Amino acid sequence: MADEVKLHGLAGSPFVCRVKIALKVKDIKYDFVVEDLINKSADLVKYNPVYKKVPVLVHNGNPISESLVIVEYIDDVWKGVSILPHDAYEKARVRFWAKVVDDKCLPALFKAIGSHAQEQAVAEAHEQLQFLENELKVKGSKFFGGDSINLVDISATFIAYWVGAAEEALRITLVTKDKFPKLKEWSDNYINCQAVKDVLPPREVLVGFFKSRFGKA
Amino acid sequence: MAKKCEMKLLGSGGSPFVTRVKFVLKLKSIDYEYIKEDLANKSELLLTSNPGLQKVPVLFHENEPISESLVIVEYLDEILPNVHPILPLNPLDRAHNRCLAYYIDTVYCPWLKKFMLTRDSEKKEDMKRLIIGGSAMLEEAFVKLSKGGTFFGGDEIGYLDVVLGCYLGWFKFYGIVFGFNVIDEARNPRLAQWGKSMWSHEAIMSVIPSDEIYMNFFKMLPGFLPPRHVHA
Repeated sequence: MADEVKLHGLAGSPFVCRVKIALKVKDIKYDFVVEDLINKSADLVKYNPVYKKVPVLVHNGNPISESLVIVEYIDDVWKGVSILPHDAYEKARVRFWAKVVDDKCLPALFKAIGSHAQEQAVAEAHEQLQFLENELKVKGSKFFGGDSINLVDISATFIAYWVGAAEEALRITLVTKDKFPKLKEWSDNYINCQAVKDVLPPREVLVGFFKSRFGKA
Repeated sequence: MAKKCEMKLLGSGGSPFVTRVKFVLKLKSIDYEYIKEDLANKSELLLTSNPGLQKVPVLFHENEPISESLVIVEYLDEILPNVHPILPLNPLDRAHNRCLAYYIDTVYCPWLKKFMLTRDSEKKEDMKRLIIGGSAMLEEAFVKLSKGGTFFGGDEIGYLDVVLGCYLGWFKFYGIVFGFNVIDEARNPRLAQWGKSMWSHEAIMSVIPSDEIYMNFFKMLPGFLPPRHVHA
């Protein structure tokens, strides 16, 4: 029986994009179901009754939510290119860094963007981003995953692409080359790699979103 | 059979996240050295091994640090998969377990923390309502996942038993200190039964912090009035 894979999501969501990248890495065919979060589909409410959020991956009728849980599921089920390392200790380090991105870096960046780069918010975001910058320095590689992308790279998609769009839209500066040279280099490499560039939403769509959501009158 | 290896756990008294790791070490019969951390005065060891988050627990396996309780739990399960497996083998079940764990840690338990810390009685009632809703959702999840067994993991303690079970001491003290049953026998009968089964499990009994540790914590809350007596 052929696999039936559906992804419920929004084109502009960085969390949905994480899942799209993982599906691309594994070369999995799927149907994309566009959700309107104001008028949620009956399927979305059925599949994610707790959060009613996207993304939701539906594999042969079985729903899975939470973007990083979905990415791990994809890596578990479909063989081929690995998204997580096989070694238990390396896997633990990857999961830890993905958590740093999700629990620390992204919330700090959301605050910095929402506040139009208010000084304190930017300082906090920089403090969190410095951990990623240091990790890239220590690793000395193109990606967090070495020569190819892994769960950490995928978790940080927002940093590589969405932040630049927000900076342009709101005329703010968050991640500069002189403060975060490694992170900037990583961002350029990441958004240009095969599995990522084909699934990123158009930049002008994101710029438009940030302008309308956070732009000053 | 105990696995002899260089295992150390850096932790502090009442932390449910440290308790979580202790459960799994006990269930898997892993010997380890416990290093007590004073979070008011963080040690060099904590600052160098977990520079970003500076939080406990930190597990050291042959001097290599691993942080974040859920990451540690999965690591221990991967290095010793045949001794009391924690996560289910099926990828879909694993995903559902991880998703519920995410909900417990990022939504349900922050509500519990807010309920405890807020002195505004209206906000306290709001948090109470949310927690009651959350417990109802967990009751439903328990019925589905336990498949008639005693635990979330079925007949044996599994991942979600460890993830939620580490809060059992806190649930008990919410009943004593605030008169609020987070897991209520009338509203959440299966979860209440689960709680009793967990409390009487030898591994859990040996790692849940003592009543004194909880009482010392609650005494630090502003406006705290000690209960007349503490139930066994």
